[in-house]
Amino acid sequence: MADSALSSQRIHDVPDQLTTADGIPLKRKLAISMRRARWRAFLMTAPLVLFMLVSFVLPIGQMLTRSVHNDSFSKALPNFSVALRDWDQKASADGLPDEALFKLLAEDMAVARKERTIGRAATRINYDHSGTRSLFMGAARKAKNFEAPYKETFLELKPKWSNVEMWAAMKRVASDNTTGFYLAAVDRTYDANNDIVEQDEVRQIYVKLFWRTLYLSGVITVLCFLLAYPVAYLLSVLPLAKSNLLMILVLLPFWTSLLVRTTAWIALLQTEGIVNDVLVWLGIISDDGRVQMIYNQMGTIIAMTHILLPFMVLPLYSVMKTIPPSYMRAARSLGANQFTAFVKVYFPQTIPGIAAGTLLVFILAIGYYITPALVGGQDGQLISNIIAFHMQKSLNWSLAAALGSILLAGVLILYWLYNKLIGIDNLKFG
Amino acid sequence: MKMKLLLSAAAALAITAGSASAKDLTVVSWGGAYTKSQVEAYHKPWQAKTGKTITSEDYNGGIAEIKAQVEANNVTWDIIDVELSDAVRACDEGLIEPIDPSILPAGADGTAAADDFLPGTLHECAVANIVWSTIFAYDSSKIANGPKTIGDFFDTAKFPGKRGLRKNPKANLEMALMADGVPAADVYKVLGTPEGVNRAFAKLDTIKGDVVWWEAGAQPPQLLADGEVAMTTAYNGRIFNAVAGEGKPFEIVWDGQVWDLDLWVIPKGSKNKEAALDFLKFSTSTKQLAAQASWISYGPARKSSGALVGKFHNKDIDMVPQMPTNAANLKNATQNNFEFWADNQDELNERFNAWLAG
Repeated sequence: MADSALSSQRIHDVPDQLTTADGIPLKRKLAISMRRARWRAFLMTAPLVLFMLVSFVLPIGQMLTRSVHNDSFSKALPNFSVALRDWDQKASADGLPDEALFKLLAEDMAVARKERTIGRAATRINYDHSGTRSLFMGAARKAKNFEAPYKETFLELKPKWSNVEMWAAMKRVASDNTTGFYLAAVDRTYDANNDIVEQDEVRQIYVKLFWRTLYLSGVITVLCFLLAYPVAYLLSVLPLAKSNLLMILVLLPFWTSLLVRTTAWIALLQTEGIVNDVLVWLGIISDDGRVQMIYNQMGTIIAMTHILLPFMVLPLYSVMKTIPPSYMRAARSLGANQFTAFVKVYFPQTIPGIAAGTLLVFILAIGYYITPALVGGQDGQLISNIIAFHMQKSLNWSLAAALGSILLAGVLILYWLYNKLIGIDNLKFG
Repeated sequence: MKMKLLLSAAAALAITAGSASAKDLTVVSWGGAYTKSQVEAYHKPWQAKTGKTITSEDYNGGIAEIKAQVEANNVTWDIIDVELSDAVRACDEGLIEPIDPSILPAGADGTAAADDFLPGTLHECAVANIVWSTIFAYDSSKIANGPKTIGDFFDTAKFPGKRGLRKNPKANLEMALMADGVPAADVYKVLGTPEGVNRAFAKLDTIKGDVVWWEAGAQPPQLLADGEVAMTTAYNGRIFNAVAGEGKPFEIVWDGQVWDLDLWVIPKGSKNKEAALDFLKFSTSTKQLAAQASWISYGPARKSSGALVGKFHNKDIDMVPQMPTNAANLKNATQNNFEFWADNQDELNERFNAWLAG
């Protein structure tokens, strides 16, 4: 009783605010030091943040921009583009612009030709309306000598200048922001009335490749799982000396260069390769009946399954390692047979590992590039190979960006679905 | 502040990348036997003459790298060997330097450069060095009574076995049409129509299941040597060098060849433009072009070099009959039409890719 009176007395002695030795209120001092700690923590991560910004966020942002923004036409022919945007094709009787627009075109072309930017405009319009590149270049070469009436001069030069569809395409590319590349990426295009229609059947490719990429990635993930599960189990139950040896066998290919492993598969599987040689030598197949195992989908599946296998084994192993063997023994002693014990007790505990392994393998497979490029032949190519084609060969970077963005969105959707179904918290990499 | 930091970091990166490649001259070409012929005929004598060093790099054609370097303002290549259609496109897009043909030296016989170069080999941004060709070849030790015409290449009943083709519609569509009976002179007229394109793809369809696709010029001789294919299209010089240099029993069929030019171009913003121009003038002189023809069977772009073409550098093989431009080889031949491809490559590439993936 006396004790409590004393303590309450002490509380009343305390001034309104606690202060430190230098007279600053404790609360503020604490806040200051907390802020300092936060800044220190931030500065420690700053290099990483900066690195992520420069190497990841900016390029992806730029890519997303490129897929909807392409100003190569309006940059080369600025005045003409501005005027063309306001032009109403449906209002004109013949579907062609008037004399004033043709005059602007001739003037802009002459300048663009001198500054060597006309090629970019011609390339841009050629994406939307194939076969117009030489029409543009041909007119641009002569544009500086063009005189009124301009419209007639153009039409006389090449009758194709009166192509209504081409003018509709030109009006579309004159605006810098476009959904055209996304349409192209899903095998759609505009017709002369600016309606969205399916691309010509013989040119449809991207949708098919997206599905094929998903399908092959799925097959590879399932194969990896079937192969990795027993190996991971063995790793987790073997005595340390033996499991270490097995672990090295799993990791050795993991540490070997991707290209080396891929070319090793070529040496093994090609028609004049080791596997076929052995089969012929054993008399299983004849010399003329050598099996085509590479440069097709089979080659892509075999090589990618092998390369991605460690990404499945390692998370599985790390989860299995933590499951006490006594659980299985308990299940058996309570009357479950080996199979039931496995299904009811062991397997559910490995799900976080399976979740991590399948997610890792599937997402890596979806974006895989070099292996299908080398061993995929014609029907084992994935969407990433066509993206590379547009980056490196056709130089249609906007289309490549649109395809890449769709792939990115697809991965994010899958991740979201995954989170809904299994829960990202359940993920365990080790 | 953050933006500034970012910019300076980027600038620092660019500087390190730039200084690492500060060489006298970087010459980029197609690798393998072809680059070797250039090293022997152009690089070595030029280095001996000027005392400068050349860094030789390989690539697989196309203008993607040039575009990337010019747009990033970090040009590390100084002079590049490109195909005509790529030279035209790069020039139109302002990626390469204009080259005034009047700086080129006159031919050894005194003819002015403008007259000495074959028609169409001087471009406003590029100077041709050679005429090369896409032909098809087979291993004569494996096929006794070998194919004679381009039609035989597509005839897997008469000549069973795999076929090698470049993974690119260019030259394949032309050859398919010639094999289907279109006269060489009409190939691009037919290919300019939708029916013509269908016809070419229909012809390719007949061998689609038997095709092994190649991308780099060094691959087809290897495919033939390994027995992976019975016959393959290839660049004629690569096959010739496998025969002359390595004694392979390969045979070239000139019927249905598609010939083209290779040209030197200088990327815009090259750090060694003077040296590049000097190298260009030197390498396309009469003597050097003729010297290259003693290392690989590509035709020199100068008329005056033609007279100097002799034998292979270390063997008693006459080079003249090996040239794509030799009259006997031109009986049924098409010149690659760069304008057609500049116009139609977007559409035809897409169709070709769709056809491949289907």
